Amino acid sequence: MSGRQAAIAGMGLLPFSKNLGRPERTAALEVILQALAEAGMGADDVDGVVRTTMESTTDAHIAFCLGIPDLRFFGEVGHGGGSGCALVGHAALAVEAGVAEVVVVYRARNRSTGGRPWAQAGNQVGGDAQWSVPFGVVRPVDQIAMLARRYMHECGITTRHFGEVAVACRSHAARNPGAQMRDPITLQDHAAARPVSEPLRLFDCCLESDGAVAFVVTTLERARGGARPPVLIRAHAQGVGPEHVVMTSYHSENPLQSTATFAARNLYRRSEVGPNDIQCAQLYDAFSPLVLMSLEAYGFCGPGEGGAFAEDGGLQWPAGRLPVNTSGGSLSEAYVHGFNLIAEGVRQVRGTSTAQVAGLEHCLVSSGSGVPTSALILGAYR
Amino acid sequence: MTAAGTPPPVADRPVPRRDEGSAPFWEACAQGRLVAQRCTACGRFRFPPRPTCPACRSFEHRWEDLSGRGRVWSWIRAHPPLLPAFAELAPYIALVVALDEDPIHLRMIGRLEPACPEPAIGDPVQVGFERVVDQVIPLWRLG
Ligand SMILES: [Zn+2]
Repeated sequence: MSGRQAAIAGMGLLPFSKNLGRPERTAALEVILQALAEAGMGADDVDGVVRTTMESTTDAHIAFCLGIPDLRFFGEVGHGGGSGCALVGHAALAVEAGVAEVVVVYRARNRSTGGRPWAQAGNQVGGDAQWSVPFGVVRPVDQIAMLARRYMHECGITTRHFGEVAVACRSHAARNPGAQMRDPITLQDHAAARPVSEPLRLFDCCLESDGAVAFVVTTLERARGGARPPVLIRAHAQGVGPEHVVMTSYHSENPLQSTATFAARNLYRRSEVGPNDIQCAQLYDAFSPLVLMSLEAYGFCGPGEGGAFAEDGGLQWPAGRLPVNTSGGSLSEAYVHGFNLIAEGVRQVRGTSTAQVAGLEHCLVSSGSGVPTSALILGAYR
Repeated sequence: MTAAGTPPPVADRPVPRRDEGSAPFWEACAQGRLVAQRCTACGRFRFPPRPTCPACRSFEHRWEDLSGRGRVWSWIRAHPPLLPAFAELAPYIALVVALDEDPIHLRMIGRLEPACPEPAIGDPVQVGFERVVDQVIPLWRLG
């Protein structure tokens, strides 16, 4: 490794809940300060802030509230659930390039102030939505269900395979006191649950949660001064692929070759770490089929083999080939646009997960794959 | 292809907001025609509409009438919770149609007529139209 190595030095996390009980701005400031404290730093040390465009508080306002004296790197990434890993990646880029020393990444969500984004559709819908919403393809679950049925058709995937994902996530959540849904479910429960957008049923869908998460990204050298061992950012990448339409991505030549396929190529191209060097993955799971498609995209199995991988127990901690979403993921821990998956990646590398993979060297984290996406390989510092 | 036989208008369903790129499509729907953009430089169809051809980057294009025939590429059956206007229709089937003229580059999202049986991927479909508030949009049927 030549040059500067970026690492996550601190993490802040408010308990996931149905009601955060404070405004998003307050929550963001609290978790950022938590993350800085864990890193052994203060707001004076921060010179970078990056945010997702869904965030209600701006980078400049964070600096204003925290008294950050000289913010020299700031920016944002769009596309909701696709942005989380990209933001950590942008922070790492800035640190690696020497543009910034200490960059804060944050996400704070209070649904009571926002509600369901899809329910805000007005009487007239413009942009990409004009080609889907007037026909009743309104919710994220509708958009992904459309892709899921095509995936079933082309790859021999069944709804039972989706159930395997839901059951695995729930069994991991059962071990995690911070998870919102902890009662175990069976494949029968999955199949009997109410349909939401067929072929998807209730347990194929992520939770709706409030939460706040922050990370401090800095150089390895500075990260060594924190209260926790540094979490190395071994690789970071983004990807879109040709003719992608956000969420209704049915228009490219091969829509099953998702944005994750392209992010994966970009990720491994710049890293010595490959799929065989990764012992655990946090795969974006707003909806269960995305996990199976991501297993394939990130090279943990061949094309069309995601269902068999899950059916063989491959996702399950501790015995599976690749324990996935070991905190319960978006399906059972909380849904905060995948930022909780990054937090679990950090815990796995630190050795503090409630479903800890023994001897872990690398954990892959992915962001949403129905949208322009991103991924990280987090590594242990030895 | 006419609006005859389609259900009565459904209040408050969201309708498309036309822009300079999409207006020709929606105006054709109002006349009972299904059209798509086609590059006049290289001949490639494209959908949804955009100013440039993603293959040859030409800005030159025309709007071409389509047969309105295609095949089911995928479909969903939506259940509540839904927008109020769609909750009235639930459960309903929405689909993606791969058009016969170019099933790769012309895939359109639509809704299936309520009277139609459950479709299968690959089933042939034919476009019709329905009036929604003050606009006319495609409504597909099997066959
Ligand atoms: Zn062209």
